[in-house]
Amino acid sequence: MTLYARRRAINLAYLALSWAATGVGLAVLFLILWTLLRNGIPALSPELFTTVTPPPGSRGGLANAIYGSVVMTAVATLVGTPIGILTGTYLAEYGRESWLAPVVRFVNDILLSAPSIIIGLFVYELMVVRMGHFSAWAGSVALAIIVIPVVVRTTENMMLLVPASLREAAIALGAPRWKVVVDVIYRAALQGMLTGVMLAIARIAGETAPLLFTALNNQFWSTDMNAPMANLPYVIFQFALSPYADWQVLAWGGAMVITFTILALNILARILTSGSDRNP
Amino acid sequence: MSADLSTLSESIRVRPLTAPTRRSREPAAIEQTEPKVVVKDLRFYYKKFEALKGINLTLYDKRVTAFVGPSGCGKSTLLRVLNRIYELYPGQRATGEVLIDGRNILEPGQDLNLLRAKVGMVFQKPTPFPMSIYDNIAFGIRLYERLSASEVDERVEHALRRAALWDEVKDKLRQSGLSLSGGQQQRLCIARAVAVKPEILLLDEPASALDPISTQRIEELIAELKSDYCIAIVTHNMQQAARSSDFTAFMYLGELIEFNVTETIFTHPRERRTEDYITGRFG
Repeated sequence: MTLYARRRAINLAYLALSWAATGVGLAVLFLILWTLLRNGIPALSPELFTTVTPPPGSRGGLANAIYGSVVMTAVATLVGTPIGILTGTYLAEYGRESWLAPVVRFVNDILLSAPSIIIGLFVYELMVVRMGHFSAWAGSVALAIIVIPVVVRTTENMMLLVPASLREAAIALGAPRWKVVVDVIYRAALQGMLTGVMLAIARIAGETAPLLFTALNNQFWSTDMNAPMANLPYVIFQFALSPYADWQVLAWGGAMVITFTILALNILARILTSGSDRNP
Repeated sequence: MSADLSTLSESIRVRPLTAPTRRSREPAAIEQTEPKVVVKDLRFYYKKFEALKGINLTLYDKRVTAFVGPSGCGKSTLLRVLNRIYELYPGQRATGEVLIDGRNILEPGQDLNLLRAKVGMVFQKPTPFPMSIYDNIAFGIRLYERLSASEVDERVEHALRRAALWDEVKDKLRQSGLSLSGGQQQRLCIARAVAVKPEILLLDEPASALDPISTQRIEELIAELKSDYCIAIVTHNMQQAARSSDFTAFMYLGELIEFNVTETIFTHPRERRTEDYITGRFG
């Protein structure tokens, strides 16, 4: 075999392996989406979004669980994102000479890989036990604790990806550090940082374990943050394991709602950040 | 190269005054202007490594000074001391004196942001900010001046005109600075630096990443800007140094080997090493 033929053969083999691996990944993804659609669509009806979780055998929807998930995810994101971005900014911009930065980074990595049920237990001890009851606040705090390390990590990484030359150029104009960070570095890193936040939202929207000990569940419509609150992951967990067919259908419906909401959020974020200010 | 040198020697013959004065360190040939930057015994350290070993040098107002020398000789380091941008990195420090208008900028307690507004810098790689062409320029202007929208408009236009970019971008000021070509991006960066109204302009190999046509435009621009600023330019391109500077400093291994009027450096260098370098025998 000539060297050229050999190179072509190796190239082909490698390409085939890459295609195969990509194919497997995509196949699994589409299988999941397909299964969700197939089982979830029967649950799709206006009632799914307008009526609360029913007792077995009667008609109902997931309105209380959807509301609870949206609210707790939103509160957790609103609380966790600024903390995460500011911490990531500290690590990437200000903490370079400090002994504190490596410590923060290390602790953050531990938090990032901590099992979410531990976080649930921690917030249970911290809030539920002291307050004497489960609450949506506790659920939001538990989810926020999951958001923070994800956002810290992606923010730091994305800000470090911004070339030093850009930072120097802004500073060379006489811009104070905070202005360089806010006006130049954040802009350059925006897409990556937003992806980090989206990742965090996607992660907490489907988290069940931290809510088991904190927000618990609520069969009824409740907007009281100080009371237990229904949420999709818990309802899916409860309904999917139940022996009742109508509950199982609702569980599929809930799973589909979560998945496609996150998909839509991701697509929206892509569209919003693909403005003219960046390289294609 | 040889063509350049011969034209240079011709001009020497036409103006005998430019013949080098062997002993004096002060170049006498070019019409003297005010010294803008006076560097005295400047030493610079990257951690333990001494990158500048006692530099003494004067940059004159409204004149272009070129810094040439092999890579790693300290040219860029010297420029980075003049606006103290090296302070961004731990472990880098400078000793000695750098007097700008008589004030030692190495002394503690300087307002570094103000210093950097006064000493503009353009880098080797074009660094447009990820914002519109207009905002790239306006960013610097708005830092230290409170201006009305129309005044900012005027300043942006003026800066872009000075950088010979206005005609190319006037219809797309709202487009991203990143959409421009490399040469345009670099002129945008020069416009951005000029818009802040600095007094000194540091150009760190501003044309080394550009094609010959863009390079020529940058050189024309330097010639243009010289009437208002004290310009220091680092370059690896000998012709560029010969063409666009009034004074040339040759540096080698952290030392200033020779500093003189550019014509003198390129025709009658005092030091053997300078001659070897500019004629391409080593480096």
